[in-house]
Amino acid sequence: MAYLTNLYDTSRCTACRGCQVACKNWNQLPAVIEPFQGNYQTHKDTNGDTYTIVKMIETEDPVDGVIWNFLKYQCMHCFEPACMKVCPRGAYTKTDWGATIHDPDKCIGCQYCTYACPFEIPKYRKREDKIAKCTLCADRVEEGLQPACAATCAPGALMFGDRDELLQYAEDRVKFLRANGFPRATIYGKLELGGLNKIYVLTDTPDKFGLPVNPKIPGQIPFWQDWIQPYLGWLIPIALAGSAVSFVTTRILANKHGEHDEGGHE
Amino acid sequence: MSPAFGRGVMTNHMIDLKNTNVALIMGSNMAENHPIGMKWLMKGRFDPKRQTKIIHVDPRFTRTSAVADLYCPIRSGTDIAFLGGMINYILENDLYHKEYLVNYTNASFLIKDEFSFEDGLFSGYDASKRAYDFGTWDYQYGPDGKILTDETLQHPRCVFQLLKKHFSRYDIDTVCKITGAPKNKYMQVLELFCSTGAPDKTGTICYAMGITQHTVGSQNVKAFAIIQLLLGNIGRPGGGINALRGENNVQGATDMALLFHIIPGYIDSPTNTEDNKDLISFIRKITPGAAKLPFSNLNEFRELVKAGIPYSGWRIHSSKWVVSLLKAWYGDAANAENDFAYHYLPKRDASKNYSHIALFEAMHKGEIEGLFVNGTNPVVGGPNANKEQEALTKLKWMVSMDLWLNETAEFWTYQGWERATNNPDVPKYTPKDIGTEVFFLPAAAVYEKEGTASQTGRWVQFRWKGADPVGESRSDLWIYNELGKRIKQLYAGSTRPEDEPIVNMTWDYDGHDEHEPDILKVANEMCGYNVADGTPVEGFAQLKDDGSTACGNWIYCGATTLKDGQFVYKPQLRQKEDPSGLGLFPNWGWAWPMNRRIVYNRCSVQPDGINPWPGDDDRRLVWWDEASGGWAGWDVPDFIKTVGPDNPAFKDPFIMRPEGKGCIFSTNGVLKDGPFPEHYEPWESPMPPILNKQPLNPVAKVWEPEKQGNTDKYPIIATTYRVTEHWQSGALTRNLPWLAELMPDMIVELSEELAKEKGIKNGHEVIVSTTRGDIKAIACVTKRFKPFNLGGKIVHQIGLLWHYGFKGYATGDIANRLTPHIGDANTMCPEYKAFLCDIRRA
Repeated sequence: MAYLTNLYDTSRCTACRGCQVACKNWNQLPAVIEPFQGNYQTHKDTNGDTYTIVKMIETEDPVDGVIWNFLKYQCMHCFEPACMKVCPRGAYTKTDWGATIHDPDKCIGCQYCTYACPFEIPKYRKREDKIAKCTLCADRVEEGLQPACAATCAPGALMFGDRDELLQYAEDRVKFLRANGFPRATIYGKLELGGLNKIYVLTDTPDKFGLPVNPKIPGQIPFWQDWIQPYLGWLIPIALAGSAVSFVTTRILANKHGEHDEGGHE
Repeated sequence: MSPAFGRGVMTNHMIDLKNTNVALIMGSNMAENHPIGMKWLMKGRFDPKRQTKIIHVDPRFTRTSAVADLYCPIRSGTDIAFLGGMINYILENDLYHKEYLVNYTNASFLIKDEFSFEDGLFSGYDASKRAYDFGTWDYQYGPDGKILTDETLQHPRCVFQLLKKHFSRYDIDTVCKITGAPKNKYMQVLELFCSTGAPDKTGTICYAMGITQHTVGSQNVKAFAIIQLLLGNIGRPGGGINALRGENNVQGATDMALLFHIIPGYIDSPTNTEDNKDLISFIRKITPGAAKLPFSNLNEFRELVKAGIPYSGWRIHSSKWVVSLLKAWYGDAANAENDFAYHYLPKRDASKNYSHIALFEAMHKGEIEGLFVNGTNPVVGGPNANKEQEALTKLKWMVSMDLWLNETAEFWTYQGWERATNNPDVPKYTPKDIGTEVFFLPAAAVYEKEGTASQTGRWVQFRWKGADPVGESRSDLWIYNELGKRIKQLYAGSTRPEDEPIVNMTWDYDGHDEHEPDILKVANEMCGYNVADGTPVEGFAQLKDDGSTACGNWIYCGATTLKDGQFVYKPQLRQKEDPSGLGLFPNWGWAWPMNRRIVYNRCSVQPDGINPWPGDDDRRLVWWDEASGGWAGWDVPDFIKTVGPDNPAFKDPFIMRPEGKGCIFSTNGVLKDGPFPEHYEPWESPMPPILNKQPLNPVAKVWEPEKQGNTDKYPIIATTYRVTEHWQSGALTRNLPWLAELMPDMIVELSEELAKEKGIKNGHEVIVSTTRGDIKAIACVTKRFKPFNLGGKIVHQIGLLWHYGFKGYATGDIANRLTPHIGDANTMCPEYKAFLCDIRRA
């Protein structure tokens, strides 16, 4: 089956965060009021009750002056999801149309997936001792609806449909933007990590939007998957120890790629 | 806009924004506060045919600036300087649309020789009254009573030359010194926007409260009007001046006489003066050109109308609107014998002002006993909120109708009087000190009731009910219907003449069940019916002043019809065809007047009435159709259908203006503070005047002279605004957890430079003070605010969100405790947008 995906066009986004509210509404997630984060972006990152956020990155350029970039951030639904590879309980599955689904009934809350994910998307939900993340609204899509975020997007920055068609749209769009004042416009998600089931049209390079330029899955993950997982019943304690190691290495890697550069002024 | 074009409305509509070449967004954070309107601008921006360029002019860089092509900073309260510089630039570089200017505006009209301008004052100023005598602000008339003109625009007394002279002082360097706009950015704005003076280009201006909430608010808009008339951008797709209304039905509320000085349909409300003493006097007063005509009754007046009153415009029909309104309100009790019960209408005191600030000043003095607060939250949203909250304590009773127990409903609680710092000038109360009896009526939310909203582009759209109201809450219509019925019951049987207006008032809105009145009955009365058989009046041209028609609001006349014997309310239409491709959607809802989607659309064709402007074939809206002998087009012509090339009014597109032209010069005090805009500093300003000698708009009423802050104590400019996550005073949004989490804190935005100077770090708690009070907020230190360089002097500006209060999930101090009680010279719209303050760490 052809993959169905979201396209997010940063050149159209006005950061109204309607997507963030629509997501909470559809998934019936409670509000998480965090202390002031230094700017309009009220959540530094996604959390167990917030599957999607809009990053607002404020920079200043001697030529262009102040620039405020907006980026909707959520699970990328990778073609080859690291979370799925490392999950000791097989809680992750991939639908035939490309969504990466997490089954809370199987989840034991070990958070190994969080540390394995190059985007640090799966988040721990303390009140249930489980992981939670964006589902690409599989429950809506399988009933013929668009994901809640795309359905609500007023400026038309979010679209949903056939991945190949949206990729074609993205190519045209980038061509148009490059000719109209955004020489560094680019597509993100086409090739990264072998393909993401989220397509981004960016008006500038990915680092200007807080996206890892060249995301990588930590090197030891295939090893864990192929050698440890079959014996998971009695190796979970070791796997958890491994996750600690992975946590440290992923952080180092991530920092190298500037993934934690949230922009802003602090 | 009304003084320039004849109607104070958005000239175009939201969807039309996609047709523009250049959009100037000024005094509006459109992407945040009008996200759906912004969608259409963005559509044009990415349409290869239009490639709309978006300019954003604002004191700080916002989410609108982030998606604009060009951002230019401006110091709050200096819009006329900014725009005056643009007018000067257009005139100096001959960038105006000459044919449009000569034919469709009053640029060629000659002005009286006595009219003058000196030191910032126009002729006729009386300093003791802070008012003008408008006698010299008029045209020169020939012996035949016709206005004298010079179509070459060379006569020294013609409007064009006077305009040139007036704005010659607004050179680019002076403007940049006043506004703090960087010269290179300002030049880019001038070049880009003035490029729309080319006949094949149109440019639109979108504005909101950042323009109107000033002591010079009306003149700010007038400056827009002059620019758009010079560039030939009014009455054309992709052009216009688009007032973005802050609430979805502000247009509808204003149409229905929300403002104190009008009755429904923008007719001046009657006053207690001699010239309003009876119906004939009133008609004489409100009909342009009728003042000196010989008539003493309606019959004589009708004869004069039939013969034509020079320089009257479409308002020649005012008598029909007034009589039909009286028939709608008083039914059989209004008849030819009793002046159609004109004496029932309450007459306001002509010497008094009844606008928001004035009402609260009167309340504060104890002159008002009771108050209905309906859909507003003055304790958060009113200027000088400390004073307005105190004013509520002087009432005997107050009724609050709202979805939530908001700050106004709970103004008397302990919580309501907690203040950030102990300021001896700010009185404090406890519940036991307050005698006001407060009633609360829970109101239904917008989705829990049916009815129409007239959006910013005048489109009236019906909303069907989505859910039943929660608990005991009721629709506004139910509440007011019950109130009306019960008041009438109290007066039933009274024979006292002073009770007649209530006893004889028509009141029949009950529905089929007790829960909801019949809203279509309201629509029927508002849109008009023939008294004899109750059938709808199909348009205001059919309204009569003999009592045979009744109509509650003439501008809505034509929204109802009969189709196959069935009553049809056109706002309920939902057809999606758009034959012109211009986004007019003529059968989606209904737009007043008479379903015209773009007003003054006569201007979309050349003076010959047939040809589009050169190179602009696809933006022609209407045209003279020789074959049928009438006007035709994609849009409903905003013109008298049969006025053809032989008629002298053929080139008069502004039918609501007496002279039929777009007014660059406003005559006879339609704007009280000048025929041309002139830059005056805000009441609280960081710098002395440069362009003239007036420290303040000379006509603005000063309510509290002792509360004027100065730069010694308060050197920083402050402004207030909204963000997309919250709605107005926040009663609705701060009570919704998912919105509260998106913007949970009362923040004050300030530049990195000011923060450094004051030792403030991002996230610190700070105190912001003015002469009116102090508030606490969280500092949001940002690159998006920059200090202004005013001719070498560095001045800082900060910005406050005015959404917060002490109720709901997201709480914070009320920004309006800082704002002053002073308003625009014409509308009294409060100056929320520019005042002086100081900021320090808490």
